Amino acid sequence: MERDVPDTRSVVILGSGPAGLTAALYAARANLEPLVLKGIDAGGQLMLTTDVENYPGFPDGILGPELMEQMEKQTARFGAELLHQGATRVDLSERPFGVWAGDEEWRARTLVIATGASARWLGIPGEDTLRGRGVSSCATCDGFFFRGRDIVVVGGGDSAVEEAIFLARFGTKVTVVHRRGELRASKIMQDRAFANEKLEFVWDSVVEEVLGGDSVESVRLRNVKTGDTSELPTAAMFVAIGHDPNTELFTGQLAMTPTGYLVVEEPSTRTSAPGVFAAGDVVDFTYRQAVTAAGMGCKAAIDAERFLEAEGH
Amino acid sequence: MANIGDVNDQDFQSKVLGADKPVLVDFWAEWCVPCHMVSPVVEEIAQEKGDALSVAKLNVDDNPEVTKKFGVMSIPTLILFVGGEERARVVGARGKDAILREIEPQFAA
Repeated sequence: MERDVPDTRSVVILGSGPAGLTAALYAARANLEPLVLKGIDAGGQLMLTTDVENYPGFPDGILGPELMEQMEKQTARFGAELLHQGATRVDLSERPFGVWAGDEEWRARTLVIATGASARWLGIPGEDTLRGRGVSSCATCDGFFFRGRDIVVVGGGDSAVEEAIFLARFGTKVTVVHRRGELRASKIMQDRAFANEKLEFVWDSVVEEVLGGDSVESVRLRNVKTGDTSELPTAAMFVAIGHDPNTELFTGQLAMTPTGYLVVEEPSTRTSAPGVFAAGDVVDFTYRQAVTAAGMGCKAAIDAERFLEAEGH
Repeated sequence: MANIGDVNDQDFQSKVLGADKPVLVDFWAEWCVPCHMVSPVVEEIAQEKGDALSVAKLNVDDNPEVTKKFGVMSIPTLILFVGGEERARVVGARGKDAILREIEPQFAA
C-alpha cells in the first residue's frame, strides 16, 4: 500500500497576527509560497481590540480586526496560502520539520513561529467556573452583556485601561482593581482613564475570589498593604493582567526563557533549532506592539529566505 | 438538513427545544470577531455529524429573551440541547476537536 507523502513546503508559518502575516508577505514576495496555519485565534490579539491608533500609516486609527483583514489580503495577493487551522503538533528533531494540524500533516524546510501570546488568568477560586457567566478576558466580545450593570476590570496596564474605557460605554460603573498604587498604562491612556466619570479605581488590591451562583455577583478584594478584605458587588469581572506566550507545542524542542518565551539570537530571529525562526509576542515580552511584531515577522522571513539560499534551495 | 440556520426568540421552542434531534446552538453577534471564527467550525460539525446532530445560530443582539434565559454572557457560546435540555456548553473560540470533545459524549449513540 502506498503511503501518503506529506506536502513539503519551503516555509510554514504558525500564527496570523502582525508577525505571522508580515512573515507571510515577505516570504510570498520572495516566491517561497508560504503556508500559514492561522490558528483558532486567527488574527491574534488585535482581533480583540477596538481602535489601533499607533500603527503607522493610519492617521485616523484603524480597527484591529480591519487591520488584520487588510494584512491578510495583502499576503494573499502575493500567493501565500492561508489555512484556518492551528498546528497541533510539531517535530523539530529532523529536517524537513513535521507539522500537524489534527490529521493533516506537512513537512517544512523552514518554520516561522508567530503563535503570539494569550490572555493570562488570575487562577483564583470562582474564576474558571464563572467564565462565560460574567468572567471574561474580552471586553469587545462580552461588554454588551453588561449594559447598565457594574463591572470590575483587573489590571493596570494599557490593555486594562483600554478595556475599562471601552466597558464604560456599557456599564453604569467600571471599577479598575490594580495591585499597585498607580497605573502602568501610558500617559495618554491614564489621562483618558482619569477623565472618564464612569471609572473608579481600587488601588493596592487584588481579587481573591469570584463569587456567584449562575453568574458573577461579587468579587472579594484584598488590600495588599493592609491585608483588609472586602466584597465588591459586580455583574462582571474582566481580567487584563497580561499574557503568556503560546509555546506549549515547542516544549523540550526549543530553548525558552523560564517564563516560556522563545529565545532567539538577537538581532536575528533564529531559535535554538537551525531553520526555525520566531517573531512577535511569542518572543518579545518587552515591546509587544503590532508594529514591532510586524518588524520581527519581516526579519523572520528574510532569515528563512537566507537559510534556504545557504542550503541551496 | 443538519443546519437549521437562524433561530430566534419566537421559534426557539419549536425548532430547538422541541426538536427530535440534538441541536447545537451558536450564540453570536455581528460585532463579535471570535464568533466569526467559530461559525465555520460549527458548519463543519454540521456536515460531519449531520446524521446525529443539527446546528443553529442565534443572534444575541436580536434575541435577548433566549440569550437571557440561558444566561449567555459571553460570545461565542455554543450550547448543545438534547430533548429540550442543555447538556453541554462551550464558551469562547475553540477548535473543532475541542468542541467535539465537549459535546460528542452527550449525543453520540
